[in-house]
Amino acid sequence: MWLYIVRRILFVLPIAIGVSVVCFSLVYLAPGDPMQSLMPADASKADIEMLKHAYGFDQPIPIQYFRWLMRAASGDLGVSLQTNQPVFGEVMRSLYNTIIIAAGAVLLAFGFAVALGTLAAFHLGKPLDRLATGVSVLGVSVPNYWLGIVLIIVFAVQLGWLPATGMSARSADGFDPTQWDQLRYAILPIVTMGLVPLGVIMRSTRSAVAEVLAQDFIQMLYAKGLGTFAVVRHALRNALPQVLAVMGLQFGYLVGGSILIETIFTWPGTGFVLSKAILTRDIPLLQGTILVLSLCFVLTNLLVDLLQTAIDPRIERA
Amino acid sequence: MTDAAALSVSALPAGALPRSRGYLATVRRRLRYDYVTLFFLLVILLIAGAAIFAPLLTPIDPLKTSMAFRLKPIGYRNFLLGTDELGRDMFSRLLHGGRMSLLMGVVPVAIASVIGSCLGVIAGYAGGKINTAIMRTVDVFYAFPSVLLAVAISGTMGGGVANGLLALTLVFIPPICRVSETATNQVRHLDFVDAARASGAAAYRIIFYHVLSNIAAPVFIYASSLISVSILLAAGLSFLGLGVTPPTPDWGQMLANLRQAIYVQPLVCALPGIAIFVTSLSFNMLSDGLRQAMDVKS
Repeated sequence: MWLYIVRRILFVLPIAIGVSVVCFSLVYLAPGDPMQSLMPADASKADIEMLKHAYGFDQPIPIQYFRWLMRAASGDLGVSLQTNQPVFGEVMRSLYNTIIIAAGAVLLAFGFAVALGTLAAFHLGKPLDRLATGVSVLGVSVPNYWLGIVLIIVFAVQLGWLPATGMSARSADGFDPTQWDQLRYAILPIVTMGLVPLGVIMRSTRSAVAEVLAQDFIQMLYAKGLGTFAVVRHALRNALPQVLAVMGLQFGYLVGGSILIETIFTWPGTGFVLSKAILTRDIPLLQGTILVLSLCFVLTNLLVDLLQTAIDPRIERA
Repeated sequence: MTDAAALSVSALPAGALPRSRGYLATVRRRLRYDYVTLFFLLVILLIAGAAIFAPLLTPIDPLKTSMAFRLKPIGYRNFLLGTDELGRDMFSRLLHGGRMSLLMGVVPVAIASVIGSCLGVIAGYAGGKINTAIMRTVDVFYAFPSVLLAVAISGTMGGGVANGLLALTLVFIPPICRVSETATNQVRHLDFVDAARASGAAAYRIIFYHVLSNIAAPVFIYASSLISVSILLAAGLSFLGLGVTPPTPDWGQMLANLRQAIYVQPLVCALPGIAIFVTSLSFNMLSDGLRQAMDVKS
């Protein structure tokens, strides 16, 4: 197993390098001279020449990449064109906010999904199963940016129970989820975000539990005289590692794909930074955010794999 | 011995042997009794028909603005579904908007299916270094969540339909490539492929006759499940201002523009989202039904 862990960690390196190449090329994908994307439009010619030299844009591309990589590895992702703040700091501050709602969404979804999925697996093909499967199809088909708007209309505009958008002013020094007056701002984003993982996790719980239930030892448990709840416990314990892996991946997708939800709720996370960067054509900020988010996704996948190996003794990896 | 067997079969009276149905006939038979799937197929046909024949179905110009009739409710005068923030007819815009959404849903998946399955078949059939080169490159693109990759590409290249199509196509090539590589790998080691090779069939013949016909079903099913994802992603890009350039109507963009008006006309604002939802749901259900009818394991 240790060999597998070392190999799996080493496998991440080429992926991370590939990801950095893709992010590096983004500047060249942008229309026009890369210098124009990195500098404000009204920069003087002398300034451009100076920066061109400072950033090494007069060098061959592989050398440019290598220099950029070295700077990025030391946490220097350049400076935002709009705010003149280091990109790294801005991304890291917003990453915390994104992780908060993504974690909330995935935990909420996990709770409901495991309950519904297990119910469905125990009633395979019956109306209850159809209902649960229907919920999961709805969950993956609904455009969540639209659902967010609908939830705002219902719970913020019509009922006035929750704030529509933004974040409490008291979260300025960092969001504190234990304070209700700060947490209430996160509820609608979390619920909206949780719908897709709810559908996906439910589907995998249903098939994993159903697979366990088809095994002989379940018959044995019933024959032994165990009640339904005890059997559920056994089935869940066997199905859980697989479900947890799916949940981890969903968390990764949410962190990376938070842009739509955060735009709707003006939640100051990485997605919000990203959409701001797109609107203002702030290429350094865009590039830095995408690099950090994709590396987060790679790391999440790695952690999920390692955790699964650790908690599921049936998986033998060499 | 084969001659004897053939003789004995042809010697039987016609109809004595149970006629085995072909694969496609079996699939068609299963679909005919699957009313849920048929219903959603009908919904998709209706939506596509409404989008294609939009100019015939509504006399009102989807681009005609009118400041006097801004944000009117559903059923106001001759505005069947009300008007948007510039006084344009919502019914007409929804019909016309379907063109873009369906285009952005189907075209990227279709192009990505061709490119992705070619790459996958090459990687799976060739094996070795070629496989490593193709599949490891695909792994890198797998390291981006799909939303992020689409936003990254069209965000840096700027909005517009062409960039949106390109971004979505690039997003879907890696997963399709993986599915077809796996399927090719499974087929490649089956006995009948060895038999074909032993009887002197060239590589291209094996690929076209034996491999492609056997990976077509899983790739097709997988691609069909991506259409709904593509519609949601495309509308999302438009929602962020990265899709269709205004004033061309598009569901995602209409949703974004009407967002400011949720306090005035909540029902009208919800309409484009309902359109996206129904379309994506129908494609999901159709894909599920096809998967069952074609007996492909997910």
